[in-house]
Order: sequence, then structure tokens, then C-alpha cells
Amino acid sequence: MSGPLPPLAQAGEGFVRDRDAGSGASCVADDGVCPGWIVDHLDRYADPLARHVLLTVVAIAIGFAISFSLGLLAHRRRWLVAPIVQVTGILYTIPSLALFFLLLPITGRGFLTAEIALVSYTLLIIFRNVVTGLDGVPPDVVDAARGMGLDERQVLWQVQIPLALPEIAAGLRIAATTTVGLASLAFFAGAGGLGDPIYADPNFKSNVLVAGGLCVLLAIVLDLAILGAQRLLTPWTRRAVAG
Amino acid sequence: MSAPLAALGLFGDAIDFLLHARESRAGGTEVGGPGEFARLTWTHLQVTAAAVALAAAVALPLGLVLGHRRRGGFLAVSVSNVGRAVPSLVLIALFVAFLGVGFLNVTLALALLAVPPILTNAYVGVTQVDRDVIDAAVGQGMTDRQVMARIELPLALPLIFGGLRTSVVNVIATATIAPLAGVVTLGDPILSQGVYGDAGKLAAAIVVALLAIVAELGLGAAQRAVTPRPLRGSPGLPRRGRLFPTSPGKGLSTP
Amino acid sequence: MTHRAPRPLLLVLLVALAAVGLVACGDDADDGGGNATTSTSGGASPGAKIVENDANGKVRITIGSKNFTEQKVLGEIYAEALDAAGYEVDKQLNLGDEQTALKTLEQGQIDAYPEYTGTALLSFFDVKTEDLPKEPAAAFEQVKADFAKKDLVALPPTPFTSSNEVAVTKATADRYGLRTISDLSKVASRLTLYGSPECRQRLDCLLGLQRTYGLRFKRFVPVDLSQRSKVLSGGQADVSIVFTTDPQNKRDGFVLLQDDKGMFPPYNSTLVVRKATYDQAGPDLARTIAAVNAKLTADVVQELNARVDLDKETPEEAAEDYLKQFGFTD
Repeated sequence: MSGPLPPLAQAGEGFVRDRDAGSGASCVADDGVCPGWIVDHLDRYADPLARHVLLTVVAIAIGFAISFSLGLLAHRRRWLVAPIVQVTGILYTIPSLALFFLLLPITGRGFLTAEIALVSYTLLIIFRNVVTGLDGVPPDVVDAARGMGLDERQVLWQVQIPLALPEIAAGLRIAATTTVGLASLAFFAGAGGLGDPIYADPNFKSNVLVAGGLCVLLAIVLDLAILGAQRLLTPWTRRAVAG
Repeated sequence: MSAPLAALGLFGDAIDFLLHARESRAGGTEVGGPGEFARLTWTHLQVTAAAVALAAAVALPLGLVLGHRRRGGFLAVSVSNVGRAVPSLVLIALFVAFLGVGFLNVTLALALLAVPPILTNAYVGVTQVDRDVIDAAVGQGMTDRQVMARIELPLALPLIFGGLRTSVVNVIATATIAPLAGVVTLGDPILSQGVYGDAGKLAAAIVVALLAIVAELGLGAAQRAVTPRPLRGSPGLPRRGRLFPTSPGKGLSTP
Repeated sequence: MTHRAPRPLLLVLLVALAAVGLVACGDDADDGGGNATTSTSGGASPGAKIVENDANGKVRITIGSKNFTEQKVLGEIYAEALDAAGYEVDKQLNLGDEQTALKTLEQGQIDAYPEYTGTALLSFFDVKTEDLPKEPAAAFEQVKADFAKKDLVALPPTPFTSSNEVAVTKATADRYGLRTISDLSKVASRLTLYGSPECRQRLDCLLGLQRTYGLRFKRFVPVDLSQRSKVLSGGQADVSIVFTTDPQNKRDGFVLLQDDKGMFPPYNSTLVVRKATYDQAGPDLARTIAAVNAKLTADVVQELNARVDLDKETPEEAAEDYLKQFGFTD
């Protein structure tokens, strides 16, 4: 609200609005679903949405980097699989809310705390799918590649990983949608996100619908984006489906 | 607090919190101790059981019938994808906003959360039953209902259990925010650390994690028990009954 | 198979590296804007505009708040006012209940937050009900002295007080003939009380009702603070604990039962600041806070709460309006 400054003597006059019962029974005052209000106030959700996207994308990126590396490592040294699965599995079973609050005294409020928790939850899913994906490459194909003279490294990068992509992408998709959901609790750690506006007024139906709806939309967009990227990177599967 | 527990620092304090009631953070009322945790755990289990039972009652028959008729596959899978995308906080907040607080409302919200894995896994479990087996059964004169009950259901059990397992673990984890909606589960010490203190918060987190692990392992064992031996996959990887078969019996994955 | 395969991995690694970089820089600092005018002395006198003082720019102040509307609005008002005075201001609002907020303050994660004199007396300093000061000024002096022992400075309080109130609907009050809290003693065993999670341990909440009034309710249900009015108007709660300045009281026609045994102390709001920050901040800190406090009467605060709870403005918007309309900022 901007405008000319009122003279000091009358500063604040009329600040208190008339709110006698019956004078303002509007959709908004009744905490209802108000399309007009929603349209007017969408900009309020821009910042939490941006924050939510950041939280999610960073978590998935770091989680993927860690899990992928671990997956490659464990693919060779099988004895690593069980311990890694156990550790990441334990992290996965800690309810996210608990993990946020447990980290608070150690890492303080903010982005870092939220990210540590969010990354932890992606590890099991992606790691598991990387290993399963690599395991799922038919041995004949690997033998044929070796027979063609490719060394181990080339076999890995040019044959196994591309063939494992669908499985890896599946894991990424699950991790992405799960992370979007968990990031809605990130505000408990002081990291913002769409949980902030939800929790700020959980009684106002319009508010919960918009913030929650944006959450769901974000998850769907990410899910489809990863699926699209997978389809782009694995053209041979498209042909197989069409045929 | 006994000496060995004290030596374990905050962790030991948390265990002590489980074993002995103590004064709340600001004093005046007692918190902690086995009695309180028994109550909190019981409520937690109650709401989980109610939600999963409700979800299964709706999703299992629906998934089985759709799978049997080979209809609505896209719907069954989409429900799962979208369902995964709805954050638990949003679901609970929606129900609180529209229905208010209370056990019934929380159960409904959690049931909604539990439906997708059960529905999708039931559907896929049935559709991936070998057509030859079904044809043979039909050839022997079995009716539709008999095929469903005697052939498809038993063969789909592993995946169905997988779906139940995923749902139960998800609901146990989500029930930690139920106190926001007036249902006092194990999430209360986590959300109200002003009352229970750090030890209480950690103690509750440990108990919830244990609950989830027990459920995961227990239902995993049950799932294994109902899986015919030839179809059991490699050890060391937790099987959550994933969605689409790449090849029958080899392992299941999403495309 | 061409050499395309390694590149996606490279991309992934680059993204991951960028992400790690983002995490390192990701801690957001919420800054307000600065004013155009500058001068060497800052702060304001009551009713006058806050003037920016360059010297304050070296001081970083993190303002916290508890987890309900009034607290968030107060936090925003103070944050904006101090920013206008030239300080480097961060916000960490919505921390939780009073115990959590105090802990965050003592640990230095925030530098200041607004606390109520009554809450401090009962929840932090364990003052017995019979020893509670009845006058706001006396309550503040005692709180100030007690906070000083913790190396915390309590700044002069607001004119308004916002107490916990025991509320019932008009229908319930008429049905049982309730005017004072003592009237509840005959019917409490039939009634359900809903309150915040910390209500169980507060002498100005359930604990006090049990000890001072001897009330034994049929059931106590802890719910999130945001539900305190809704559970009452929705019929789930027979009795609920609300605040004096809640706009829903008037809107929904709640009856606030009279505290005939004097269980509730005065509840003026005082900004509690870490001593180190207070010393570093110079005179403008106290001066600015005192200036914006001056106009925070009960009516104005209730209006501010209404703007957020009923009109659905954000606390930031409501705070901005307050500061502008009363002439503190442009």
C-alpha cells in the first residue's frame, strides 16, 4: 500500500477497520475456496515454489551423484551391496520429520539441514535401481561387446549404463516425487518451501489447495521430465515399443 | 540415569526417557516412560491399521477386478504416480482444512495415502499371471470367479504383499505428523519438543524408526513366504514389489 | 554405440557440483530494502519517521518469533523497523513454542524475539501463581531483572496485553451458566478441553487450571495452535484456550470466561535481546523499538491479527501497512 504520507497528527487514523459481525461475511473470511482470491494472490506462492524447486533439484542432483557412484562401485565389488543397502535403508526408515528435528541441534536451521535429510532419502531408491539396472543387462550383450574388442571401461559406459538407463530413470522418478513430498516438510527446519504457506494458514482451504496443488504439479512435471529425458537417451526402447 | 546410559550421552538419555517418566521440559507434568510410550505407540498403530485396512478394503478388490478384466491399466498406474506426488503434509492439511481435526479425518487422509501402492500392485500382480495358466484353468471349466480366487489371487500374492508393505511403512512414517490434526501419535514428542525435550524427541524418533523397520521386515518375510520359490529374486536387495515386469520371475521394475 | 554415453554422466557431475556449490551458498539471508535518506544518527521518536543510520549497517540482527500470527506480525514489524534504521536484519520467524524460542535465543541462532511478560514469568522463571505481579509495569520490571541474569535484555514493553483466555461458545455459556472460570468447576468433568501441545505444562494453561481452579476436564486434546478457534466454532471442543487479541473471538461470538482467581498475569510484549547484540547495536535499537511499540494498542494489534487471519494478508504486508500508516516508514 503506497501513497502520500498522512500528516503526522492523523497518522494511523482509520487503521482499525469496522468488523462488526455480519459486515464482512465473504468467501475469504470464511476460509473457503475462493477462485478470485486465488487468482489475485498467486504471486504469493512464487517464492515458496522457487524454494521448493531448489530444495528438490539440489537434493536429487547430489543424491544421484552419490548413489550412482556407489552403484558403480558396488557393481564391481558385490560385497558392498548389502552394507550400503542397510545403511541407506536405515536412513530411509527414519521418518523425515524426525530426521529434520534430529539434525536441527547439530546443523542448525536452514537449507543445509533440509538438504542433508532430503539427500539421505534419495540414496536407497536410486542406489538400488542403479545396481538392479546394471544387473539386468543380459550377459550375452556384455560378452558380445567384449568380443568386439571393447575394454571393461567401454563396456560399462557404452553398453551397460545405457541399457540400465530405464531402470535408473525409474529410480530417479520415484526419488524425485518422493523428494517433492518430503520437501513440503522442510519448513520445519527453517528452509522454506511450499510447506511454509500451507502451515501458515492450514484452515484456509484456498491456501492449502493452491500450495498443495503446486506441490503435486511440481512432482508430476519432474516425473514427466525425467521420463522424457530417459526416452530421449534410449531411442531403442521407443522403437521396441512401437514394433 | 544409570552410569552406562549416561555415558551414551543424548542417546542414552533417550533410552532413559523411554524407561522412566520424568518431568516435562518446563516442569509441572510428567512425560515419557513406558506407559506414555505405550499409549503413543498404540495410537500410532491404531491409526495405521485403520488407514491401511480401509485402503485395502477399497483398493484390493478394485485392483484385482481391474487386473482380471485387463481394464483400466493406465488408471491404475497413473493413480500410483500421482499418489506418490501428493505430499503427506498436503494431504493431512487438506483434510484438516475441509473436515477439521480428529481420528476419523486423519484415518481418511492416511487411507488415501495408502491406496496407490496397494491398487497398482494388485493390478500388476494379476495382469502378470501367465496367460497359459489362466487359459488352462478356463479350459478345465473354471468360472470367472474361480479363476480369480484360485489362480490369480494366489499368484498375485507376492506383489500384493509388496504393495501392503510399502503402504504400511509409508503410513507409519506419515502418522508422525498426525498430532497436527489432533491425533496424538509418536509424532507428538517430535513436534512438541518444547514439552518433551531433546531426549523425548530422539526417543520417539527411535521408536518410530523401529516400528517401520519391524513392519518392513515382518511384511517382507510374509511376502517371501507367499512367493513361490522359483520366483524369488536375489538376496541382499529389499524387494518392494515394484510395478512392471521386465521378464516374469526375474525381478520387477518400472519402465 | 557411439561415444555419446560419457557425456550425460559429465552433465550429471556438473549439475551435482553446481548443486553442492548452491548448498554452500544456499543459506538465505532475508534482507529488507534500505531507505533512500541517510544520516549519522538514526532511530526515531514516537510518531516520527525512522531515519536510517549508516553506522548501524555493521550490526547484524536476527529477529525470531513464536509460531502464531501475532508473533509473526510483531517479528515482521520489528524486522522492518530495524532494517529501516539501517541494521542488517535477518528473519527466523515461526520457531515454535516459548521453550523452543528461548533455547534458540540462548544458543545464539537468533538475536531477539518478542516474548510476553506473563509467559516469561510462568514458563521461564517458575513464579508461583500467588506471587505473580498484578500490574503490567511490575511484571515487566521483574521479567527484566530475571532475563538480565541470563544475559538477555528485555526492552520496554508494548501498551497492549494479550493474555491466554478460557473460551467457550455462547451456546455453551448459556447452557451451563458460565461467566467466570470458577463456574466451570461444576461441569468440567463433562467437558473436553482443547489446547496447544505445551498447554499441559503451563501454569497459564491446563496445569494452572488444574492447580488454581481445581478443574478436572473429561479429556484434554492437544492440537496445533492454529486450530484453537476452529475446534471451538466447529463444535469439537467444549472449551478452548485462545488469546485476547484473536479476531475470531468477536467474529464467532466466543465468551471469554473471567479469571476470578487471578491465575493469569499481565501479558505485555517485550522484545528480548541477547546482551552481546544489544551492546553492539547502540542506542538506535532501543529507540526504534520503543517508537514502533508506542502505537501497538490492543485495538491496533487485534486489527493486525484480523488482517492476517481474516483478510488473509501476509504478516509482512500487515506489518508494512502498520509502519506506513503510522508514519514510521514511507
